[in-house]
Amino acid sequence: MRAILSLASNCRAAELLLACLLLGLPTGSAGAETGRWSGYVATELRLFPQKPLASNQHDENLSLAVEPEYYQEWDGGRQSLTFVPFLRLDQLDDERTHGDIRELTWLRVGQSWELRVGVRKVFWGVTEFLHLVDVINQTDFVENIDTEEKLGQPMLNVAIIRDWGTLDFFLLPLFRERTFPGTDGRLRFLIPVDTDRARYESGVGRRHLDWAVRWFQSLGDWDIGVAHFSGTSREPRLIPDLRNPLEPVLVPVYDLMDQTSLDVQATKGNWLWKLELLTRRVLGERFTALTGGFEYTFVGIFGTAVDLGVLGEYLYDNRGDEAPPIPFEDDLAFGCRVVFNDVQSTELLFGVLLDRHSQAQFWNLEASRRLGSSWKLSVEGRAFERVAPKDLFFGFRRDDYIQAELAWYF
Amino acid sequence: MWLICFTLLPLTLQAETPEEKGLAIAVEADRRDTGFEDFTSELTMLLKNRQGEESLRYMRVRTLEVPEDGDKSLTIFDRPRDVQGTALLTFSHKTGPDDQWLYLPALKRVKRIASRNKSGPFMGSEFAYEDIASQEVEKYTYRYLRDEAYEGHVCFVIERDPVDKYSGYTRQVVWIDKAEYRPLKIDFYDRKNDPLKTLTFDDYQQYLDQYWRAGKMFMINHQTGKSTLLSWTNYQFRTGLSVADFNRTSLKRAK
Repeated sequence: MRAILSLASNCRAAELLLACLLLGLPTGSAGAETGRWSGYVATELRLFPQKPLASNQHDENLSLAVEPEYYQEWDGGRQSLTFVPFLRLDQLDDERTHGDIRELTWLRVGQSWELRVGVRKVFWGVTEFLHLVDVINQTDFVENIDTEEKLGQPMLNVAIIRDWGTLDFFLLPLFRERTFPGTDGRLRFLIPVDTDRARYESGVGRRHLDWAVRWFQSLGDWDIGVAHFSGTSREPRLIPDLRNPLEPVLVPVYDLMDQTSLDVQATKGNWLWKLELLTRRVLGERFTALTGGFEYTFVGIFGTAVDLGVLGEYLYDNRGDEAPPIPFEDDLAFGCRVVFNDVQSTELLFGVLLDRHSQAQFWNLEASRRLGSSWKLSVEGRAFERVAPKDLFFGFRRDDYIQAELAWYF
Repeated sequence: MWLICFTLLPLTLQAETPEEKGLAIAVEADRRDTGFEDFTSELTMLLKNRQGEESLRYMRVRTLEVPEDGDKSLTIFDRPRDVQGTALLTFSHKTGPDDQWLYLPALKRVKRIASRNKSGPFMGSEFAYEDIASQEVEKYTYRYLRDEAYEGHVCFVIERDPVDKYSGYTRQVVWIDKAEYRPLKIDFYDRKNDPLKTLTFDDYQQYLDQYWRAGKMFMINHQTGKSTLLSWTNYQFRTGLSVADFNRTSLKRAK
């Protein structure tokens, strides 16, 4: 049911896109390339070693996901259509069983411009532990708490590509609400979030027309991006709703915000220096946040082909109590990345986030390895240590988990 | 300019040091491959380990010639399927490190990567990034060694030493045929100056009546017994690619 609702929410965008396609599609063209399908099917098993906080939560969870991709280009590659639906079926959590249109985009390429109309995902930023300036897409939070999984965002995007850099303009007509686990799911807040009661600062709700513009350029070793976003905050405030005192819920409230950001990477030999910086105005107050650090790679350690990367980042955020809470106000992060450079593309990323005030720790492990030619095994582990009651992750304190995912690519 | 080279070369060769002669051969090989403008090609990599287990990779390559600097190239990965859609954008430079960006389709993320790890294996193969990168004259110093026959071709044998201290090699010995100035074989020596790999070129074909491209490149690693066979197919020259096809925005639409 949730899946269908979610899919329907993209329907208006799909109609828009279809109209554009009808204008752009060549009629009866013989030169059009035939489309092709690719994608993956994955099963995921999550094990939670600790007893859950709520009696309706479970110790293990099985889940199935499928993400096919259809791609067709024509006009000598100057135009193309990409369609990526996504569906997850979850054993226990009805909210995690969900579908989405990750991508449904018509692309038109000009000599020094590119136009994209439809549903898409856009990534901005350079750092590893937090994607601070990445603001176009809504987080698909039920997928993964690392906030790297995103919902498809309806948009009209024009990129102007010149010698002095690239200017990317975005019109974002329909807002996507963040997904949250249901009462049966793990990795949720103490009080569950009722996404059906979401509220908006804007009078037109999710139909508020958001916009963004980003300039980026590479100058020698430096990659620089400057962006401004104006519209509905992707991060909701979560307000307790006690209408039914026996079953309190959190209601997401989406405020309007203006945000200006900078992202910079300097690539100096084996050193990558990274900085993301933003200033955001929400509910009449302005705050600043930054994430910055380095990654140093030891190439071919101990005479082998294995590369070892060492990462360090600092996370700062001085938002007031009115703004949506986040767990990264004054945190240090350390990690290492091991890339084996073998035939199976074995990789491992290990890291820890340390809260300098509450002493809370958030441990992460991500590893993957190809099996044969079309299978991939991924292992993921996360652990929460010394989480204080006032911490946003307090509801997750017994939700350490280890996850194995086996995906088949076609 | 062309005429001057032609008439002066035989004269200058006589008084040359081995270093000057080695450089002259490299410059001439480079001159003969100048002016192709752009090309696209499909590429198969067959990886084999000591036990004979095989693994396949498919990719497509688009290259744009950049006068006065190194070439720009875009490599799009098709197989294995889990890396399908991954693309690598390289701006090579005559001097200094190349610029490289990797597009990761799952996250839609473009990552600038450190090009210092040029000695690392490319896609788990026996080719290092520096082996498949644009071979600019300025990336090596040269020394002519001798003339020698190889597989029925009369060849110059030259040694070239990488300028970049981050290279995985102390030196390379290259067999270049005198008739067409094509590399036919390269011996690679590791940082300890031990024999590491040998690359042989086969199935050369000429395009646009000028540009020679090998259909097969076979790399064997003498220290591990592993090998990689690169097969190039469907070469197309002067396809009309422009700088607009080689930037971070176009990287995202490389499919």
